[in-house]
Amino acid sequence: MNLLNFSDSNTASQIINKINIIAKKIETAHIMEVCGTHTMEIGRLGIRSILPSNIDLISGPGCPVCVTSASYIDSAIELSENKNHIIVTFGDMIRVPGTNNSLDNARAKGADIRVVVSPLNAISIAKENPDKEIIFLAVGFETTAPATARAIQLAKNDKIKNLSFFVSHKLVPPALLALINDPMLKISAFLLPGHVSAIIGESPYIKVVKSGYPCVITGFEPIDILSGIMLTCEMIANKKFALINGYSRIVKPNGNQIALKTVYDVFDICDSVWRGIGIIPQSGLKIKKQYEELDAAKRFSVLEKLDQKMPEKCLCGEVLKGRIKPNKCPSFSKSCTPQHPLGPCMVSSEGSCAAYFKYGC
Amino acid sequence: MCLAVPAKIISINGTNAKVDIMGNISFADISLLSDINIGDYVMVHAGFAIQKYDIAEAEETLKLISELLKVSGEK
Amino acid sequence: MSIKTITLSHGSGKGNKELLEEVIFPAFYPNSPGILEDAFIFDIPGRRFAFTTDSFVVTPLEFPGGDIGKLAACGTINDLAMMAAQPVMLSVSLILEEGLDASFLTKMLKSLQAVCVSNNTKIACGDTKVVEKGNADGMFINTSGIGIVKVGVSLSVANAKIGDVVILSGGIGLHGITILAQRKNLGFASSAVSDCCSLFGVTNALLSAVPNTRAMRDATRGGLAAILYEIAEASKTTIKIFEEAIPVPDVVRGACSFLGLDPLHIANEGRFVAIVPNEEKEKALAALRAHPDGKEACIIGYVTQKEKFPVLLKTIVGGVRPVELPPGELLPRIC
Repeated sequence: MNLLNFSDSNTASQIINKINIIAKKIETAHIMEVCGTHTMEIGRLGIRSILPSNIDLISGPGCPVCVTSASYIDSAIELSENKNHIIVTFGDMIRVPGTNNSLDNARAKGADIRVVVSPLNAISIAKENPDKEIIFLAVGFETTAPATARAIQLAKNDKIKNLSFFVSHKLVPPALLALINDPMLKISAFLLPGHVSAIIGESPYIKVVKSGYPCVITGFEPIDILSGIMLTCEMIANKKFALINGYSRIVKPNGNQIALKTVYDVFDICDSVWRGIGIIPQSGLKIKKQYEELDAAKRFSVLEKLDQKMPEKCLCGEVLKGRIKPNKCPSFSKSCTPQHPLGPCMVSSEGSCAAYFKYGC
Repeated sequence: MCLAVPAKIISINGTNAKVDIMGNISFADISLLSDINIGDYVMVHAGFAIQKYDIAEAEETLKLISELLKVSGEK
Repeated sequence: MSIKTITLSHGSGKGNKELLEEVIFPAFYPNSPGILEDAFIFDIPGRRFAFTTDSFVVTPLEFPGGDIGKLAACGTINDLAMMAAQPVMLSVSLILEEGLDASFLTKMLKSLQAVCVSNNTKIACGDTKVVEKGNADGMFINTSGIGIVKVGVSLSVANAKIGDVVILSGGIGLHGITILAQRKNLGFASSAVSDCCSLFGVTNALLSAVPNTRAMRDATRGGLAAILYEIAEASKTTIKIFEEAIPVPDVVRGACSFLGLDPLHIANEGRFVAIVPNEEKEKALAALRAHPDGKEACIIGYVTQKEKFPVLLKTIVGGVRPVELPPGELLPRIC
């Protein structure tokens, strides 16, 4: 049994031809890709260079690292400065600037900050270092929240006393609803995040679709992304709006119920601050009372300040909301580069500005 | 977000599965899924299997795409 | 100067370029270091020599396909080979961590020696220092090498001309993935084996068949992307490559998708790129493929007029995008 090929270049050319045919029936289509991994793949494949000029792909707030507040990063850095603490994080967070500093710089100055690929690694590190306090930086959307939730359940079960989770998980559908309520936005359709959808299923998107937006749940292989664009263009051309699941090999209509149950056993929904956007109601997760001994925010009295302080001269907020393209920001590629980023969009591996910088899309 | 890769289950030990990603061996916690068997493909993200890869659906998707491509541009 | 503290990013890729340009070159060369080649060529009347140096700090010290000793010899011999120089002698400087097992040290040194023997290269001189426990990851090695440049051949990264073809000697990413798989925090084991090997034999075979080869460069840290970038910048051209033509072993592809990394950015220790005139491409490929270290040699692109970006990639879906230098530190992504 082998995986099927979703990278065939012949099929890709045929889809691109079809997109060109459909595009002749459309004046302009502004399609928002709400997933940082989509932004990266679209850039990596050079897709913008082969789309017809009236099909415009906009990068939305789909980069969980980009939208993590500066004060969260500042707090993480502060926690790292305690010699008794070990900060455990995904690689994505290392270079993101907070207000003045980054975990990378803190590490260079001697803070014990370790990069891992799973919250389960934080549990092992806690067991191996009984004299230290281990703090896991739990960021990400609904794709990652179940992993954190399960790790919290396991940590409680194993009665691990020296581990806590600093949570800043965010939810995608509330962000989409906030976007479509913004009168300045000109979006025709959405490419929906395939792996978030694998967890949450189809129903959380119904409100967005019913508001008149064609939506396609899209995977990450070349054929997935191209067919996602083709299907949205087709709906736009026919002035229809519906939800199409283009990633059905992974996304079930009900999502992953076990994962969702796990998430809502551990977390409550709360308001959350999205860097560069502001507070989006009911768009974040916080640890429930019965797991509060594992909540780093409570243990270390760290409150993620509900502010939206961005580094000076940074227009990440406008980029994230799809209001401007990265290369229209006056700082882009001048005072703001991946080596010296002003804001998270430039430093995150999926940041819209980093993708533009790297691939010139 | 977010990066997940298709991985083949090669052994299972309780909730921990050994997975093969094109010659690279890693581990995935399968407690977020049910009815996982050796030989299944799962999507692995942050050390967890988050969904099963449905080969039959994959075939359907490709078939559907090729049918859509056959339909002419005129409506 | 904007660099205040040295970080891990300064060890390779973009970060390393920044460190060289902002701190190291200004200290040594107030005007400019000139074109940066893999080895420095100098003449003593009648003979051309090549001189180069490299330091090796790999962890772990032993890995599938090699060890720090083999790496230290191959790395410097390969830099000489890339400048068409037959390696003649190496210096070996050792920085040893207190507590290092002596029989392990012997094993590493014998590895180094074995590569020298098969390349008729003498270990001419050396130095040893011991540092306190915690200050050296087991051991660090620096090797410097001298070679004699092949008569009738003059290679430089500045020589690439419009219309030249870009040949890659084999599949990329094996060394980098082998090393990454050894890191506990990444949680994976790999069937990848380092491609570490000395390239003098295969490059000499190429140069014997095509003495007017323009340039060669071995891909080490920074991957294929870094050397193409360097060649394009030095020759003031743009290099266009084709994603479908670049051989990436499945095991590298799989590890890269797992970690969220780009195969073009992954380290190699036994692969090189040769820029040859278009009319010589068949001869070049034949010579390379006849050699065991060049069996998979293939054309991956060509040199064109300078455009905005030094390196452009035509993707498998027909799009075009620039290839960037890798970040100084390759971090795994989950997003």
